[in-house]
Amino acid sequence: MTELTLAKAINLGLRRALESDDRVVLLGEDIGKLGGVFRVTDGLQADFGVRRVIDAPLAESAIIGTAVGLAFRGFRPVCEIQFDGFIYPGFDQIVAQVAKLHYRTAGNVRVPITIRVPFGGGIGAVEHHSESPEAYFTHTSGLRVVSCSNPQDAYGMVRQAIASDDPVLFFEPKRRYWATGEVDEDAVAPPLGSAHIVREGADVTLVAYGPLVTTAHDAALAAHDDGVSIEVIDLRSLSPVDFDTVEASVRKTGRLVVAHEAQHFGGVGAEVAASITERCFFHLEAPPVRVTGFDTPYPAAKLERHFLPDLDRILDAVDRVMGRTNSLSSLGVTA
Amino acid sequence: MLRSLEQLDDLTSTVTAPDALLQLLPPDGNRVAHPDLDPWVADIDGAALAALYDDLSVIRRLDVEATALQRQGELGLWPPLLGQEAAQVGSARALRRDDFVFTSYRENGVAYCRGVAIAELMPVWRGTALSGWNPYDVGMATPAVIIGAQTLHATGYALGCAIDGADSVAVAYFGDGATSQGDVAEAMVYAASFHVPVIFFCQNNHWAISEPVGLQATRPIADRAPAYGIPSLRVDGNDVLAVMAVMRIALDRARTGGGPTFIEAVTYRMGPHTTSDDPGRYVDPVERAEWAAKDPIDRLERHLDSLGLLTDELRESVKRSADGAAAELRRACLALPEPEALTVFDNVYAEPHSGLERQKREYSAYLSMFEGGAS
Repeated sequence: MTELTLAKAINLGLRRALESDDRVVLLGEDIGKLGGVFRVTDGLQADFGVRRVIDAPLAESAIIGTAVGLAFRGFRPVCEIQFDGFIYPGFDQIVAQVAKLHYRTAGNVRVPITIRVPFGGGIGAVEHHSESPEAYFTHTSGLRVVSCSNPQDAYGMVRQAIASDDPVLFFEPKRRYWATGEVDEDAVAPPLGSAHIVREGADVTLVAYGPLVTTAHDAALAAHDDGVSIEVIDLRSLSPVDFDTVEASVRKTGRLVVAHEAQHFGGVGAEVAASITERCFFHLEAPPVRVTGFDTPYPAAKLERHFLPDLDRILDAVDRVMGRTNSLSSLGVTA
Repeated sequence: MLRSLEQLDDLTSTVTAPDALLQLLPPDGNRVAHPDLDPWVADIDGAALAALYDDLSVIRRLDVEATALQRQGELGLWPPLLGQEAAQVGSARALRRDDFVFTSYRENGVAYCRGVAIAELMPVWRGTALSGWNPYDVGMATPAVIIGAQTLHATGYALGCAIDGADSVAVAYFGDGATSQGDVAEAMVYAASFHVPVIFFCQNNHWAISEPVGLQATRPIADRAPAYGIPSLRVDGNDVLAVMAVMRIALDRARTGGGPTFIEAVTYRMGPHTTSDDPGRYVDPVERAEWAAKDPIDRLERHLDSLGLLTDELRESVKRSADGAAAELRRACLALPEPEALTVFDNVYAEPHSGLERQKREYSAYLSMFEGGAS
């Protein structure tokens, strides 16, 4: 067991992947000497060389498209997209090539590409540096989409993503990069597609992923003091979603709140709410509620605390599903 | 051997003269000498010329047959390559088995030369599958429909060759329309910076559906590559010998650490963009007639004739081979089975995906309500 930051845990996972499989190569902007703008690849080029840890010219479509060519030749490329908002120039290669190649070729060409994306806000950044674009990719068949929330998962999941024969979008909660936790390299990691019950509870199921898992957990602690027992689920995988775990929880609690930083409309929360409603409508005590970023572009840094769901907004949603007085009561909204 | 940028100066200088093309076999079929190109096709004897003639003729016959199949309602669509046979054969026949090509959708002649079975050309266009062959069997990816995307795949594959220390070469085939795509520019940046063994083979067929090449480029397309640090060659794309020569030059550079080369093969799309297109709305018949006079097969026939090699026997054998290929194409097309309903879910992922498995279970149950079940 070692105490590591989340960023260092990913670094360790990348290091072990490079050590254990010489077909693993890293490709991204500033990932070499600099070690990445968040230092996630710190020291890897020095130890594995410029042919395994490759500084890419500043073209995201080319980072992804070049990785496709490498995959054709049997490599396992790990791409770094420097910031969430920089992924769009690579969007076509991701959704039209990476996602479809295995299907197109009747399974003849495997696409074991991992695309690492620091995502989410809360760091006071300028435009294009705080976005949560995961729903574009969960909407795309052929991709796996995951997000880690703690150092142990960060280590285990990045190794699983690289080992997967499918393309994986790996969303890293950038404002949690410096959060520390124990990392056991020998721990058996749960399946990549599985959700994790962070805290058991009886009254409300609270689903979160990535940066909001810590916030959700804090909310559960606060609610406990207020007499409400919240079960917190770290979704971990956004495609596929481990609906069985969420369903079992909601059948027990009868109430569902989903929280994410990404915009509301058509987000992962909408899919979770709809699917869980389909699966266990008659076990629900209240309509599921989503706590999300607003349907605005990501705002300026001084406004982001209004955009981002925080502990109080999550607790307000909990009050809604519990039928308690909440922010919408004054508007005459009853559920 | 021509390897460095400087050594290619003589050849690349043609780029600055917009009408100048590297050429060995002009339309009249009388072989012209070119000191830089001749050594690269010195081995092409009478038998090799006859084999090229066979390739060109078979590919044209296949193209005609596929167009007919579409007109008869047996194919959903077909993108004819009429007029581009020499560009495709001359380049593809220069390759080694361990090279890997990434093409667009009009490169059925390249596919034929790579050893793709004739039957495997049909599923995409009949709509029974999204691809027809295993890329690893023939060293050729299945076609990219998003034009230009494959230039990055070729560059990445070439990067892999460089990492492996292999002397295999990746080739990207694309058209003049694709050169306006950002991916092509990005591919050239990466190929130059990483100095990888990739060849950018642009068939300038003058048309991107209805848009003339002048809308994509106000200068010769080959002019762009040198600005990225990639030498380029502009060749008569209807001259199978010259195409083969420049391709061999580029391959030799790539295999010996010379890095990427850009080839612009200037040809002409004599047919429609696809069978759904109506070039009567935009092609100038005079221009088309000028290009008909530069036909790649006619000029090779004239050349063979000038050498006394265009015998009745050769004509007969080429006709037999072309007709046989066409018959095989038709037979294979009509024999393609309808895909099973539940195969719609196959191969989305390499590993199990719980969401998709659930959909498959539910759709299977739905189908089972009908007579015949999941078929």
